[in-house]
Amino acid sequence: MKDNTKFFKKPAVQTILASVLCAILGIILGYIILLCMNPGHATEGMIAILRNFFKYSAKPTQLWYYFGSTLVKAVPVILCSEAILFAYKAGLFNIGVAGQYTIGILVSLYTSLALGWNWFFCLLAAVICGGLWGAICGFFKAYCNVNEVIAGIMLNWISLYLCNIILSNEKTMNITKSETYDIAAKNKAGLLPGFMQSVFGNNQYMTIAVPITVIVAILIWVVLSKTTFGFELKATGHNKDAAKYAGMNAKRNIILTLAISGAVSGLAASLFYLTSIEHYKIASSVPGMGFSGIAVAFLGGLHPIGAIVAGLFVEYITLGGQYLNTNYFNPQVADLMIAIIIYLCGFVLFFKTVINKPGKAKKKDAADEKAAAKKEVK
Amino acid sequence: MILLIQYTLIFSAVLILVALGGMFSERSGIINLGLEGIMVFGAMAGAMVMVLLPDTASRFTIVTLTLLAAAVVGMLSSLLIGVACIYFKADQTLIGTAVNMLATAAATVIVKAFNTARSKGSDFSAKLDYVRGHDAFMFNVGSLQLSWFIVVAAILLVVAIVLFYKTKFALRLRACGEHPQAADSVGINVYAMRYAGVLMSGFLAGLGGLIYIAAANSTWHFDYGVAGAGFLALAVMIFGQWKPERIAWSAVLFAVFRSLSNVYMGIGFLSVLKIPGTVYNMFPYIVSLIVLAFTSQKSRAPKAEGIPYDKGSR
Repeated sequence: MKDNTKFFKKPAVQTILASVLCAILGIILGYIILLCMNPGHATEGMIAILRNFFKYSAKPTQLWYYFGSTLVKAVPVILCSEAILFAYKAGLFNIGVAGQYTIGILVSLYTSLALGWNWFFCLLAAVICGGLWGAICGFFKAYCNVNEVIAGIMLNWISLYLCNIILSNEKTMNITKSETYDIAAKNKAGLLPGFMQSVFGNNQYMTIAVPITVIVAILIWVVLSKTTFGFELKATGHNKDAAKYAGMNAKRNIILTLAISGAVSGLAASLFYLTSIEHYKIASSVPGMGFSGIAVAFLGGLHPIGAIVAGLFVEYITLGGQYLNTNYFNPQVADLMIAIIIYLCGFVLFFKTVINKPGKAKKKDAADEKAAAKKEVK
Repeated sequence: MILLIQYTLIFSAVLILVALGGMFSERSGIINLGLEGIMVFGAMAGAMVMVLLPDTASRFTIVTLTLLAAAVVGMLSSLLIGVACIYFKADQTLIGTAVNMLATAAATVIVKAFNTARSKGSDFSAKLDYVRGHDAFMFNVGSLQLSWFIVVAAILLVVAIVLFYKTKFALRLRACGEHPQAADSVGINVYAMRYAGVLMSGFLAGLGGLIYIAAANSTWHFDYGVAGAGFLALAVMIFGQWKPERIAWSAVLFAVFRSLSNVYMGIGFLSVLKIPGTVYNMFPYIVSLIVLAFTSQKSRAPKAEGIPYDKGSR
């Protein structure tokens, strides 16, 4: 019994518990919404969302195929959340990830379709340009004291319009459909190399994007928790003035953080669009990927590895919306569920105090926990 | 040229109201990133009232009920932020972002369900038409077409300026955003003040959202949300240094650039330049970024904004 309570007192366990609690509550609320919309078919709808691609469990090839698609579609959202949590650890709320992602789309598609580059160089270009776009935001923050949230939002819209202007020409886009060409048809060398496609039911979209995502997540974890640079970033995030006093170059760190964050976002976009699973369409609003990334980062407890799990979960639910019977529901219900789950993530601190209450821990213990919880939230 | 003035007035009205909302909330210590979402909720409520009102309703009823619905729903949705950030001490940036996502998703789902129910299953779109409601708000002064929205915004701006500088209430509100502990020590209820700030932002942003969709359009697709207007208003607020009168003129400045993208075709020397329309869309954002770069050096946000108030902490 004593061991049991101790287990629940560990901050890591509590973070996981809180996130799981958010997810479960979100699903329950989603079910209630379904009940309000159509009481007769709510249970059936909820099962459809949760069952998802396991619908095909009788046919393993198809099951693996759709599992692969879920993985591929989870790649950008996971990487975006890595970008966000990396900046967040340094005390910067990089809402500009959406824009850096858009720049990533622009550069990877333009270099691939208009210039016909090899996939590796498309990828590299997208990473560099995403990083530069992030660095612009960092520059404004470091030297002009512009709040990074506002600068990020402005840059998001600028990047969206840039992307629309540059991609809407005959070299890259089927103007009548206002949609970019298929990379597979236009520039075969621009496609990412496949990865274990035979295992995933010959899913042609299954590429090296998936392992790269895992590697990036681990790299970010290592940088944040094992290197001096990571320590400096976290110190700057905790207390900018103290970090400066300790001899850390705050301005350089801000720009570098946002540049790395932007580079990861650019990578996210190129790893998704260079599989050609989706084509870019002229849009009137910034791609939502960056914003979902915020959600995933928080749901994953702001941990690089947690983000992978959370990203898979969010993508699973989002894709689950497509399995809903459209006669009774519309697929946006799944988006609504995700939004609710994210909203609930804000209550993590509160959940933690609830978990801690019955234990009646010593005062010092409680204070420690609170400090730990605060750290997590920050 | 007249068209430019019309659009500028409309966009200034939107930006002024929403930015003032953001200002009251931030002055009380709560960063309201969810303005965009509150606008969507307010807009949806207003549009639904306009659709639902019977044909016989007089202009006055339409105008009052629509405004009322938008404001009330705006306030209710701002409680999503208020309760989470004040009572549960949640992270304000996260909650704001979540409310934005929630609003667009909820509005799409609700409007689709609403359309499906009204059309008995033939219309699944997330689009509302409210031509009659839109017309009810219009009146002409000479050749200039104006709407009641602009009048409402102007009145609220004056009220906000007076409230902000001349009342005890605003002084207390501002104290809570600068140093809540000090405010508490002289007997001000910090939590109540912060709720007041958030509710005011909900009221203003709800109205702003309605104006955004109804002043220049008579139909709206709710899956687009309000296309970043809430974020633009946040930039206006920062550019306006959290002061109502400065917010007003910076809103006008932004609105001019925003309207250029709508009307550049009609202005002789601009249409000759043959710049694609999308470039004009970028203008307000580029201008605001540059302007912010030059003005933010001495920008002073309310000191305690973004930090949940905890009575026990030092």
